[in-house]
Amino acid sequence: METIVFSLLNGTIYGLLLFMLSSGLTLIFSMMGVLNFAHASFYMLGAYFAYTISGSTSYWIALFLAPVIVGVVGMGVERWGLRRVHANGHVAELLFTFGLAYMIDEIVKIVWGRTSVNYEVPELLDFPLFTLYGAQYPAYRIFILFVAIFMLAALWYLLKRTRAGLIIQAALTHPHMVGHLGHNVPQIFMLVFGAGCALAGLAGVIGGNYLITDPAMAVQMGPIVFVVVVVGGLGSLEGAFIAAMLIGLLQTSAISVNASLADIFGFLGLSPTSEVGEITIASMAPMLPFLLLVLMLIVRPTGLMGDREV
Amino acid sequence: MTLKKTAALAAAVSVAALSAASADTLKMAFIDPLSGPMGTSGEAAYVSFQLAAEHINENGGVNGDMIEIVGYDNKVSPQESLVQLQKAIDSGIRYIIQGNGSSVAAAIIDAVNKHNARNPGDEVLFFNYAAVTPDFTNEMCSFWHFRFDAHADMKMNAITDWIAKRDDIKKVYLIGQDYIFGEAVAAAAESQLSEKRPDIEIVGNELHPLAKVKDFTPYVQKIISSDADAVITGNWGSDMTLLVKAAADAGHDVPYLTFYGGSLGAVAALGDGAVDTLYQVTEGITNLDASDEQYALIEEYKERFPDYDYYYHRAFVALHMFDEAAERAGSNDPIPVAKALEGATYEGAYGTVTMRAEDHQAQQPLYISTVSRDVKYTVDNSEWGWKLVEGGEIPAEAAMAETTCEMERPE
Repeated sequence: METIVFSLLNGTIYGLLLFMLSSGLTLIFSMMGVLNFAHASFYMLGAYFAYTISGSTSYWIALFLAPVIVGVVGMGVERWGLRRVHANGHVAELLFTFGLAYMIDEIVKIVWGRTSVNYEVPELLDFPLFTLYGAQYPAYRIFILFVAIFMLAALWYLLKRTRAGLIIQAALTHPHMVGHLGHNVPQIFMLVFGAGCALAGLAGVIGGNYLITDPAMAVQMGPIVFVVVVVGGLGSLEGAFIAAMLIGLLQTSAISVNASLADIFGFLGLSPTSEVGEITIASMAPMLPFLLLVLMLIVRPTGLMGDREV
Repeated sequence: MTLKKTAALAAAVSVAALSAASADTLKMAFIDPLSGPMGTSGEAAYVSFQLAAEHINENGGVNGDMIEIVGYDNKVSPQESLVQLQKAIDSGIRYIIQGNGSSVAAAIIDAVNKHNARNPGDEVLFFNYAAVTPDFTNEMCSFWHFRFDAHADMKMNAITDWIAKRDDIKKVYLIGQDYIFGEAVAAAAESQLSEKRPDIEIVGNELHPLAKVKDFTPYVQKIISSDADAVITGNWGSDMTLLVKAAADAGHDVPYLTFYGGSLGAVAALGDGAVDTLYQVTEGITNLDASDEQYALIEEYKERFPDYDYYYHRAFVALHMFDEAAERAGSNDPIPVAKALEGATYEGAYGTVTMRAEDHQAQQPLYISTVSRDVKYTVDNSEWGWKLVEGGEIPAEAAMAETTCEMERPE
């Protein structure tokens, strides 16, 4: 019972963090057809900016300021980088973001050093909120939960209920028509790119002190974000949400399962002392999202709710 | 000038330059992670070796040559380490230092064996300061490899001796990194516990991916639900710090018996929760009684490198043993130095270190310590430091382990 409750809690939080990260990516892709390899790098920038800002002022200022700064950086990248490269086609854009990811990695190492920085949870939230089955649960995690849900609600409201959201949705599928109607489509693209990066930055601010803040963050989170976006379906925000929650819950629950492959496949003759038989589900947990990715690509290449092939 | 004369002149100049360059510096390659999740472990050791080299150089160097420690970042990847090893050998380096990651050490031992077999006269030596999988001085032992840290079985001897005296511990949970070292630690724990305290139940044996887990909460929650009275782990680097962080967040206060609880940030993460909870077994701690010289060294290290604490005592031991062996052999070449190192003893600050000739495994006393406020030297720029526990001094004979090594030696 306790494992189920813990797995649900942790899995939900991890899934929401993943969604925060991948919502920006899927928005950008839907809008511009650009798969932004540098997305996880903006996540890393968000964490580092928050570390620097909260070092000199307070965490709460960093919570608002850091995503904004990352968003501005994103807009700059779009305006002066991506837009120029856009004329050369999708592959050029991909390579551009790929190179950008490496560049941001190195810049972070130069500015903040090659090892992890001590980005701490704010004192206000650094206490155990409740005790469940003998283990304390830190308040900061529940805070993450609330921020993620709030962001989700705000995004949904923005896209579905405001005029700006209407224009963005239209530009998603009919950019030329929207342009003919007099809206400044390049500017919309720039704002959406910036907003996507700001979302990633927010995920960094929240997640950077929950996980660890070091220059390898981007490289470690990057693949999972792509898995979420591909599994959810390119171009679909709802799909990304479902995929993020699925992967978060799957990976977290798998850790609690101690059954080994021999336990499961024993009836087929797999011996419990063989190398393969000894592998437990728990040790396979980090691999499961990628397994899901491969399965999804085989079975349903458009993803859960997507409308485009990868 | 004619072509022949220019060529002759160029050749003469380059030979002169070559001999001039190799006269004064003895380069040693330090191949370890200097960036990435394990970067702080590598960096802390790197500066320890550099400081040790500086002191030796101040005292006249090694047979007149000045030691220079050259860093090569391997990001804990065996493949990358082999690339860096080749780079080092190509620059003429004959001494390799490595420690963080038994996976890397295994690759290096193999590569060094092959290189030395194929290049007689150009041999290199491998000084292993931290990769403690027992195999390296047993089945995989090699004349070219010297280990300056007590291996996993020896450290586990110290830990299980301590557990054996604690009647209140009935259930033990094992958690480790999923590679050759983590498996060795788990195996040692299981066999030694069943020998010394057969009544203890091992309620969990978990292996997690190396340097990949960012959040240990699910693992800690598993440990809590298993009702363990103590946790044994060989985790190091970010894996140790994050495990301890998760344990602190969950308020888990059973003894965590570790090899590397002294990893950067672990004590600061646990804070008060570490006192009498986090234990480590090491070859020495800064708060043991020692000579004034040693205290001065500890303070110098802290002053020079404020982000780190004096932890890699074996780096200093290793370089001093190397220095003494080279002086005894009267040469800086690998084979004479290796022969002089076999059976060498060194009066270290925390006990006598002997390099056992049979398997090139250093024998030294081990110390079990826990965290306390009431100490002279703290760690992690916090208010806590490591303090010897009662009965925590394990003499070299008790820590010693048998070896199955059958070493092939050059004449």
